[in-house]
Amino acid sequence: MNMRADNTNAPILSVHNISKQFGGIRAVNGVSFDVRKGEILGLIGPNGSGKSTLFNCILGQLKPTEGHCEINGRSTDGVRPADLSLMGVGRTFQQLSVFPKMSVLDNVILAGQEHQGSMLSRLLGKPDAGLTGKAEQLIEFFRLTPYRDTPAGSLSYGQQKLVDAAMAFMAGPGIVLLDEPAGGVNLTMLGHLKERLVTYNREHGTTFVVIEHNMEFVMSLCTRIIVLAQGEIIAEGTPDEIRSNQMVIDAYLGG
Amino acid sequence: MTRYQPILIALGIAALLVAPIGQGNYIIYTLCSWLLFSIAAMGLNLTLGYAGQVSLAQAGFMGIGAYITALMTLNGIHWSVAALISILSSFAVGLLLGYPALRVQHHFLAFVTLAFNTLLFLVLRNEEEITGGSFGLVGMERPTFFGISTDSNLAFYYFSLVCFLLAAAAMWWILRSPWGRAFKALRENPIRAESLGLKIRRQTLLAFAIGSAFGGLAGALQTPLVQFIEPSSFALIHSLKLLLMVVVGGSGFFFGPMLGAAVVILLPEMLRFTEGYYLIIYSALVIVLMVYSPNGLIGLGQKLAEKIKPRQEARRDLKQGVQL
Amino acid sequence: MAELIQILVSGLAAGSIYALAAVGFTLLWQASQTINFAQGEFVMLPAFFVLIGMTVLGLPMWTSILLALVLSLLILGVAFKRLIVEPMLPHGTLPLVIATIALGLLLKESVKEFYGATAQPFPAIFPQTVYNVAGASVSVQDICNLVVSMLAIGGLQLFLNRTRTGRCMQASAQNPAVAEILGVNVKRMVLYTFLINAALATIASVLISPIYLAKFSNGETLGLVAFIAAIVGGFNQIRGALVGGLLIGVIDNLSAVYISAQYRAAMPLLLLIAIILLRPQGLLGTPEGRTV
Repeated sequence: MNMRADNTNAPILSVHNISKQFGGIRAVNGVSFDVRKGEILGLIGPNGSGKSTLFNCILGQLKPTEGHCEINGRSTDGVRPADLSLMGVGRTFQQLSVFPKMSVLDNVILAGQEHQGSMLSRLLGKPDAGLTGKAEQLIEFFRLTPYRDTPAGSLSYGQQKLVDAAMAFMAGPGIVLLDEPAGGVNLTMLGHLKERLVTYNREHGTTFVVIEHNMEFVMSLCTRIIVLAQGEIIAEGTPDEIRSNQMVIDAYLGG
Repeated sequence: MTRYQPILIALGIAALLVAPIGQGNYIIYTLCSWLLFSIAAMGLNLTLGYAGQVSLAQAGFMGIGAYITALMTLNGIHWSVAALISILSSFAVGLLLGYPALRVQHHFLAFVTLAFNTLLFLVLRNEEEITGGSFGLVGMERPTFFGISTDSNLAFYYFSLVCFLLAAAAMWWILRSPWGRAFKALRENPIRAESLGLKIRRQTLLAFAIGSAFGGLAGALQTPLVQFIEPSSFALIHSLKLLLMVVVGGSGFFFGPMLGAAVVILLPEMLRFTEGYYLIIYSALVIVLMVYSPNGLIGLGQKLAEKIKPRQEARRDLKQGVQL
Repeated sequence: MAELIQILVSGLAAGSIYALAAVGFTLLWQASQTINFAQGEFVMLPAFFVLIGMTVLGLPMWTSILLALVLSLLILGVAFKRLIVEPMLPHGTLPLVIATIALGLLLKESVKEFYGATAQPFPAIFPQTVYNVAGASVSVQDICNLVVSMLAIGGLQLFLNRTRTGRCMQASAQNPAVAEILGVNVKRMVLYTFLINAALATIASVLISPIYLAKFSNGETLGLVAFIAAIVGGFNQIRGALVGGLLIGVIDNLSAVYISAQYRAAMPLLLLIAIILLRPQGLLGTPEGRTV
């Protein structure tokens, strides 16, 4: 597949007919979809619907039994996490994932430093790899400036989620995969997080794929939603279409 | 980093400058060996304290440095060239050992370096034509720089001190570069670090090779200091001692290895009355230290300091976080 | 040909003793992620318990061996687990690795200071008769060592696979959380593992000391050989440790005769490096996934 980076119609992520079998259980069954540049795609489904398995297949952490995933035309199968990051794929984690004893600034700088220069240039170059300015911008963007020099581990849960997001954006990825960003975050902070994500998406055109339980959060954040149930796509569409889809209502209420 | 740190470091260097003045040869010799073991321990600290890998071959790398330096200076090559070759060779051997070992789990580097140190000892002992076998090598002269000889013990002390300060400066540079941040991140959350593009294996491998190169430099200094080298000076037991040095001082702290080396070099003097029981007491102390303070003496000091002056702020925010 | 048979038999005999140490090493790793760098010293020490029993207390040999077994179970089993491994597990594997290195040093130096630095003759348990079998001289001692080691390892396998306690131990090693939920007393199972390791070390010690004499520094080589056997066989299973131990015993004896006595000790080390390069999961091991 030959494509130009600036071709907005080419999918940035394409999932081709992914199936994943664990023993006798088919966790994901023939799922295909494309994500285009600038989209915020929500991936939802009840517990056990296979969305985490699918997520791990996309990230190259699980080898699909059938099918494959491509990001910018490159297969993610067996790609190490570090290389995936260097391919321009950012991610956040379901559990808190900051470096607790390092300052917020150091957390964010670290997220950018491995993306520039060589290992040798990082040894010989400036201590901040010339990234302080850029990191401060992101910190400011997430309204974390007062905590710039605070150890990330001593921030509140919601603030740590913001640091996590800032780290995912630091290297200027083309696509960011967010794993349950709303989990455990209080309502005020949730509104803030959503607003920041939408703003970032609008300003930078970064594509998001969001896995989420919190329906309200997904409905108000995403431009398109895919609903999984028992390993298969049962619905796909805009938030409004999903809200009124009978199959989705059944899957959630009946499942 | 406090603003007193530059002053403290200046005071420390001043103390090192005046330390040997008016002292007898034995004390100066002991100070020299403290300096060179500090260099080796500093390197091992990079491997162990920052990259989180156990190397049981630091004495072996000192051996590589010592024998290369001895053989080259005996053939009339200047020490500085020999030392450079020693450092580079230790670095290269480190890469060769670490590359396969770091591909696999469970502290395999510890086993590979253990095997390497034992193997090196056999080679040094058996290849008599080159290494002099168990009799070792003698007659290496102390170097002369720009007409200044380091032959006297005092002169050699200052020469060792320069090497030590250069090594410490290099280490300080490494730890404040982006590498230092990468090592911290690896220690705190390796999975997240990897997902942000950090190539753990390569970073760890280079840390180990650089740490080994410090061992090479220490060996290159040992040759002119002792002026007699033999295989048993670089046997496995010395690698274990170096490892314990780092751990006792406090692995992962910049000054840990210097403190640890001081303890290991001075403790036998202080425990002289215990005669042969010194190693027994010492290893028992290490076990106790590991149970109560895995971060060594510096870690223990920090713990005590925190008890005296509790830091409430950090915890308060955490509680707040749980509520959110 | 006769010479080869001779080498094979003595190699297998020595290897089976290495296997005892390697099996214990593997069990400890499985049960509690303990890489015991003092394993060699664990094999060195019981021989001195026997000697203390015989020379200091004047007990008969078999009573002394029993005494050594009890002391080993208490010191190398219970005390090692309670005083060193347990309090350190929350700190991660690294401090524990360091502590076992220090423990090895402690045991070695203690024996050296309190018993003696010279090699001590150790009573033979089996007759030292040598028979001539098809031109090869085969010693009864070797055969007996091989048989006893194999019985011990075979018995252990049976215990782990056929008894309820053994299966509980395996479950605890494979997935402690699930085992706990299923009502297995995981802590006790881990303790059993430490006891088994101590017992295996005692058997190995009593078998090997008549050959190599009892010396404080025996643990250096024995420990190294046990690690290598465990890694060569495949770090995570008993069968692997057995095969690894036997292989190293044979290679060691072959290289002593056919390569060079000087570099005899180098062969197992080269084997280790070759295994790590070519087949890091070990000969019988299955890949456990990549590290980093």
